[in-house]
Amino acid sequence: MAAPSPGTHTRPADVSHQFETKEQQREAGTLGMWLFLATEILFFGGLFCGFIVYRSLHGRAFELGSRLLEVRFGAINTAVLICSSLTMVLAIYSAQTGKSKGRIITFLALTMLLGLTFLGVKLYFEWYHDYLEHIVPGFGFLNRPEWGSLSPEVEMFMVFYFFLTGLHALHMVVGIGILSVLSVMAARGRFGPRYFAPLDISGLYWHFVDIIWIYLFPLLYLLGGRYSLRGH
Amino acid sequence: MSSSTAVADLPAPSSGSSVNYLNATYGIKSWLLTTDHKRIALLYLTSITFMFLVGGVAATLIRIHLIEPQGALFEPETYNKMFTIHGVVMVFFFLIPSIPAVLGNFLVPMMIGARDVAFPRLNLLSWYLYITGSLLILYTIMAGGLDTGWTFYEPYSSAYSHTHVVAAIFGIFINGFSSILTGVNFIVTIHKMRAPGMTWFRMPLFLWSLYATSVIFILGTPVVAITLFLVALERIFRVGIFDPALGGDPILFQHLFWFYSHPAVYIMILPGMGVISELITCFSKKKIFGYEFVAFSSMAIAVISFLVWGHHMFVSGQSVYAGLIFSVLSFAVAIPSAVKVFNWTATLYRGSISYAAPMLYALGFIGLFTMGGLTGLFLASLAEDVHVNNTYFVVAHFHYIMVGGAVMAYLGGIHYWWPKITGRLYPDGWARLAAAVIFIGFNLTFFPQFVMGYLGMPRRYAVYPSEFQVLNVMSSAGASILAVGYVIPLIYLIWSMRYGPVSGPNPWGATGLEWQTTSPPPTENFEEIPVVTEEPYNYPGIEVPTRG
Amino acid sequence: MAGQEHEHLIPLKVYFAVFAALILLTVATASIAYVDLGGAFNSVVALAIAVTKMMLVVLFFMHVKYSSGMTRIVLFAGVFWLAILVTLTLADELTRGWTPGGAAWNPSVLLPLLFHLR
Repeated sequence: MAAPSPGTHTRPADVSHQFETKEQQREAGTLGMWLFLATEILFFGGLFCGFIVYRSLHGRAFELGSRLLEVRFGAINTAVLICSSLTMVLAIYSAQTGKSKGRIITFLALTMLLGLTFLGVKLYFEWYHDYLEHIVPGFGFLNRPEWGSLSPEVEMFMVFYFFLTGLHALHMVVGIGILSVLSVMAARGRFGPRYFAPLDISGLYWHFVDIIWIYLFPLLYLLGGRYSLRGH
Repeated sequence: MSSSTAVADLPAPSSGSSVNYLNATYGIKSWLLTTDHKRIALLYLTSITFMFLVGGVAATLIRIHLIEPQGALFEPETYNKMFTIHGVVMVFFFLIPSIPAVLGNFLVPMMIGARDVAFPRLNLLSWYLYITGSLLILYTIMAGGLDTGWTFYEPYSSAYSHTHVVAAIFGIFINGFSSILTGVNFIVTIHKMRAPGMTWFRMPLFLWSLYATSVIFILGTPVVAITLFLVALERIFRVGIFDPALGGDPILFQHLFWFYSHPAVYIMILPGMGVISELITCFSKKKIFGYEFVAFSSMAIAVISFLVWGHHMFVSGQSVYAGLIFSVLSFAVAIPSAVKVFNWTATLYRGSISYAAPMLYALGFIGLFTMGGLTGLFLASLAEDVHVNNTYFVVAHFHYIMVGGAVMAYLGGIHYWWPKITGRLYPDGWARLAAAVIFIGFNLTFFPQFVMGYLGMPRRYAVYPSEFQVLNVMSSAGASILAVGYVIPLIYLIWSMRYGPVSGPNPWGATGLEWQTTSPPPTENFEEIPVVTEEPYNYPGIEVPTRG
Repeated sequence: MAGQEHEHLIPLKVYFAVFAALILLTVATASIAYVDLGGAFNSVVALAIAVTKMMLVVLFFMHVKYSSGMTRIVLFAGVFWLAILVTLTLADELTRGWTPGGAAWNPSVLLPLLFHLR
């Protein structure tokens, strides 16, 4: 950390009063975001823990539940989010290398668009169709005869599916909100090689939300394999 | 701007510095929209004192009710609501925020030589989140209460309770984010904003304890947040996650709940231990014995505290093998706490001891915390716990630590830094009297509870066998004395803000950067950012008399 | 000076290479799921691929490869603490049935008992 010189108050204009240098401010912001992401790991982690416990105890029922989900939508959405992470780093790269604000905004807008695409696929092709098929717990969930006595645990799987993906979607919505604020800031010419910390820090959040989905996809859609069920 | 202040009217300081953080700006907006960490600390002080009174009223009603074996005041359903509200308010809205949000917010920047915390606006947001959570709890109380216990065990809390569970959960959930933001702020501030020369090992130990507390805030709070959120979703959408009838495991709820709630008790005591390190050194005029050991013991407590939660679940149906693991680890977590007690005692040895009110609280803390801590070892041993779990032995154990420990540390800290915060001195005679009344009242309240618990009286019961009545009456009598003890400081501290003698910058002759600026400090804390060259607690050596 | 996080500019081709790897790994994980590797091994492979993808995003997109030690400590702490939660919880959940007479985790035994409580 650059040692602040005692007694001097000559700090640059866009450095808040509690900091001495821009470097200090940026490092503080980055560390703050990483600490927040650590809390998010534990926040989602509680749900992951519950899921892992129940998967260990009710493996069969959770496999049945997993097969209610369509791999293609999960895979498409995974690809969509990976693209959005790329466009996000390209937005930051554009600012870092002094490209035009138009380019920065374009990449931010693409990131948002991809995020909205993800949400659209999830909301319409997955959740809405799940509702029509009566596999949304609490909203007309119907047991299917092929589940037999495992029906309550299959419903439990779907409960976790909706809570996990719902919480993830909520984080995406917040992320898209943050990106729109950043777009406004970019439109005002705020970002350049000497100042891109908000883009950087928001990028960390966006990538984190991507990583959560990177785990949700195999855990929910692929665990135990998708070939035909062995046994009965 | 209007000329009224939100805090009790303060006359202008008589001489010397005229402008400080209290009078720099006026008007209610200047307080409610402040980003000054010192003003935010006072906002917290007011709201936390209020919530302490709410929790205290519940405690008073409980102790009155328990004078009679058949219960003097309430139906059992109402009694359940009383201990629940007492627990929820005291744990989440008093103990967890108290020292970090009041003393921590005020002192962290000052002790490291900074102008404010790293994220002042997040700091203000933390307070508003606390207020929102508190309002939801107050709503819960007024709308009919909560009867699940502060522990929200399943499946009662989701499927069977008819009280306002969801409102209470959202209050606690929102309050949790207040804690998380405070934790983020403290860690970043301590890492990135120390004054030149302020190395890690020159920091006051209070900062080490707050750093360790912040680690727990960050790693633990989110888990209880998501867990309680799940309970709320279970109730709202009528689905089962921890419901055995749907293949769920109620003990899984307990794992997720206690993963945070055990470290939470260390959130409640670690800052208090930090305060005690400050008080013991100042009032022995001696540097702390074994600084590094005390500093590292705080970090060790923060880490090991996450490995012991299953000791709350020995009789829940948890596997015996898991119980064994948790029991061994629980013995381990006592070690760093013991290190602190030994080091404080060694600091006192051959110190130049004075008995101002803060020191009385500190000495009381050492004795009472030790008793609470040792009885924790009783509970950590599996076989013993089978006998005393869910009895008043547990209740006495945690009150010795939380009230005999944390609350006394909080009061000691408030008294110690009061002159710095307000620029006024309080009457020491009354303060010492109050400390003594609190000590006596506390022991009379809670010692009988060890006995009645060991003899088998269960906790959370509205009625009890008449053979326990004498002990219960003693406990309730003690509680009335304790209540008087708490009211006395409320009176003279408020009195002192207007009528107390004006204080100089360092009334106690203490070391530390906060004492090198005016009382009260200016808004920017320091005219010039100080440069630190000395070790902490650099009190002049004491002459040891030699023979011959 | 410590924390030289942005002195280092990651070249575009690294970003595109990471992107390509992530897409390929996604295709791989979705395809392998349809191959019978014995159910448990399918899960291992799927999770291993997920961990690899996470490391690519963390190291390059979140530039942890070029970040200060503090960043890595914070990230490690988050993951490690989650591991504590899961491990010690499973230490209970999976060993309940080990003691004779212990509450065996057996829904078909417990459910009928619970049924008439509801």
